[in-house]
Amino acid sequence: MLRSQTLDIFVCGVGGQGVMTAADVLAQAAIAHGYDCKKSEIAGLSQRGGVVTSQVRIGPHIESPVIGPGCADLLLAFELAEALRAAHQLKSGGIAMVNTIRLPPPVVSLGLYRYPDDPLGQMRAAGIRAYDIDAGAIARELGDLRLVNSVMLGAVADFLPFPAADLEAQLIERFRTRKPALLDQNRRAFAAGRQAARASRILAA
Amino acid sequence: MDPGIFDFFVRIFTFFQLFCTNNSAFLLQNCMKFLRQQPRIRRGLTSEGRMVQTAISGSATDVGHPALARAGERVLLSGNEAIARGVWEAGARLAAAYPGTPSTEILETLSLFPELYAQWSVNEKVALEVAIGASLTGARAFCAMKQVGMNVASDALMTITIPGVAGGLVIAIADDIGLSSSQNEQDSRYWGRFAHVPILEPADSQEALEMARYAFELSEAHATPVILRCTTRVCHVKARVTLGERVARDTPGFRRDPARWVVNPINAQRQLPLQAERDRQLSLVTETSALNFVTRGPDRRIGIVASGPAYLHVRDAFPNVPVLKLGLSYPVPLGLVARFAAEVDELVVVEETEPLLEQAIRAAGIRARGKDLLPSLGELTPEVLRRALGPLLGEPAASPFPYPAVTPFPRPPTLCAACPHSGMYYVLARLKKKVFISGDIGCYALGAGPPWNALDTVVAMGASMGIALGLDKARSAADRSKSIVAVIGDSTFLHMGMQGLIDIVYHQGNVTVIILDNRTTAMTGGQDNASSGRGLRKEDAPRVSFPQLVAALGVRPERIRVVDPYQLPVLARTVREETEIPEPSVVIAERPCVLSDFYHATPPYRVVEEDCTGCGNCLNVGCPAIQVIRTEQKVLKTGTATELKFTVIDPVACTGCGMCVASCGPKAIVAAAAVQADTRAAVPSACATC
Repeated sequence: MLRSQTLDIFVCGVGGQGVMTAADVLAQAAIAHGYDCKKSEIAGLSQRGGVVTSQVRIGPHIESPVIGPGCADLLLAFELAEALRAAHQLKSGGIAMVNTIRLPPPVVSLGLYRYPDDPLGQMRAAGIRAYDIDAGAIARELGDLRLVNSVMLGAVADFLPFPAADLEAQLIERFRTRKPALLDQNRRAFAAGRQAARASRILAA
Repeated sequence: MDPGIFDFFVRIFTFFQLFCTNNSAFLLQNCMKFLRQQPRIRRGLTSEGRMVQTAISGSATDVGHPALARAGERVLLSGNEAIARGVWEAGARLAAAYPGTPSTEILETLSLFPELYAQWSVNEKVALEVAIGASLTGARAFCAMKQVGMNVASDALMTITIPGVAGGLVIAIADDIGLSSSQNEQDSRYWGRFAHVPILEPADSQEALEMARYAFELSEAHATPVILRCTTRVCHVKARVTLGERVARDTPGFRRDPARWVVNPINAQRQLPLQAERDRQLSLVTETSALNFVTRGPDRRIGIVASGPAYLHVRDAFPNVPVLKLGLSYPVPLGLVARFAAEVDELVVVEETEPLLEQAIRAAGIRARGKDLLPSLGELTPEVLRRALGPLLGEPAASPFPYPAVTPFPRPPTLCAACPHSGMYYVLARLKKKVFISGDIGCYALGAGPPWNALDTVVAMGASMGIALGLDKARSAADRSKSIVAVIGDSTFLHMGMQGLIDIVYHQGNVTVIILDNRTTAMTGGQDNASSGRGLRKEDAPRVSFPQLVAALGVRPERIRVVDPYQLPVLARTVREETEIPEPSVVIAERPCVLSDFYHATPPYRVVEEDCTGCGNCLNVGCPAIQVIRTEQKVLKTGTATELKFTVIDPVACTGCGMCVASCGPKAIVAAAAVQADTRAAVPSACATC
């Protein structure tokens, strides 16, 4: 997958969704595989429901930690409208892996703004190759909504310059040390995410 | 499945995660884990009486945080974590800071190292003064702050640079270029020129560690404080770092020398020439410093001078162009720059925000370009550089970005479910016509946004007080009937607000001061402060009593009101009463931050669907757990159309504060566990707006 010298991944979502954690796992996996990696984040006031973005650059040697608009190879979006907001980060031919969860913020609830009807359609109409993953539904089927993060990492696992197993190993390592009881569930979530991305890929093709 | 229901579950998940992903909580966990493993550290005294500590078994990585790993290991660290490691490796004895994005994690990481004394200070000035005191003992001392923090600390900085320092003194200043969490974008490199101190600018985590360590050597070699200037793209970027050993240092102790350390006019006059001599020495050091180096490149049509992360962006954008990288960027190595300029056709200075290097270089008579090509605001990126400088290399004009930028809606940060501030803003929003509201810096600055829109001004830490007094004293005839309210949090009040309140009392300002005491410095991630009752390592500490404090400042006891912000009717009455009394008064709203461990959730509430009239008043509390589930158009008797908003409460996000109960006129909000009609009567009935 590493067409150019680097793979630039833009990760986005809403505060509390686990954007930083996902980016951390990607970075750790890249380094474990022997790549150089820089991971940059803008958290701002993320704990209070704001937009969270992280940029992960993977390659033999990384200089700048910043990707910049129009330059990302891969967009990993944890929320539907956030995918649309970050879509311009993609370079021509870039791929978007989108969790189709809708999280309307209070300004939408209050009626001050409208949540777009079909963000994914808008992205596809602009020519972006967008894969949709209903990570919430998958996680719920597996019995725990907190598994969304692992589902999304699974979804993106076959688009990386190292084997999916390396990413899974990092994820497992994280749970082994922090929450061993959740290990098996997360492994299943990762596999389900991979499967869903494959299914979406076939549909897209 | 109904997508609405699905969203509902997703929200449950999101808010659950919100409470599980607090970074500082993670740091704390690791801190506690590390402290619990203390028996693994062997303590002992050397023959000189110096305390030594040696890790005696196991790999240091198993204590959790990668910054604690053993020398020689290569780990992934953020710039902030790397600075902390470098400070520790340098053998520093003391570190002090006031939290501020993007600098906060430096001290949080330092608190994991038991060999160091580390503290949250009441503000940046005190933090720097504590570090100066430690330096006077000969110990290596460190303090950290965000860019605006140095404005507060600068009074001490501008004078300590005259006598200089004894033990190494390093000040890390983190600039928030791009203003992700700040009120301005000031360039801290100015302090080098202003205060006659050297500036080190790391570009990434490895340099952050190495420069932090070296900064102490430079500081001691020239008896000067050293500024380690970083930006968000150093502080919050994780990259690979190779760790080093901690150097053990003896501390000679404080040596009395009043002619040096008592900086009165006579001593200052005598020492100023020493400062000038130090400037001269440092201007020689910078010419040969290994931190200032040239990265060769075959394409000499341009040569670039860069510092900090800008260097990395340049390398990314123009790998074939020679670059002079300045790590010791002040004093500027003008001789080195002149020689470099002679090797290239055209010299371009690439620096973020202000053109400081460019001005110095051009003032020295070296021809250079810079801000005529590059933006003066915001972050530089490789893409920005390619577009700005590509034409100099004959590259075709950049094509537009392939996909247009779309903003579906803004997603501003919001106050948390059950945040006690939302109760206060619910009340203030209703008083808006009668009051001007002077705000301050903290989570409660979000009160400026919807649904409350209840702040008229926010400027600087503690500024709510003085601005309120000014609004009062210079009020025009048109504003005679207006009351002035100042809103400030516990940490900000202690940081810089207290002095303003003294002025309000001394000059009998007609100001109602509201102190939102949530026992936490919440905005930066929940750090403890003097009102928390505990310290950086969660040890017990004396706790400031705000009622006693403001009484001591001269507020009359009758005008000090302590209220529970969850009790909206009482809160509304109290605030209204105090704003109507024309003398200084203080309302202290006490409730812990919901993200702190002082907070204890209680059972959630729910909306009884058949009782909800769709008035939407509960939405004015601003609680993110309250969701609109459906809307309905209705024409009132007056003929005006209105939209009814029927709501639900997310039972997992709701932690049972009950503020919305008082906001609900038709009493449709009840305890989630008891929805039978007979239990509804037990719900408190007063509506704060009625």
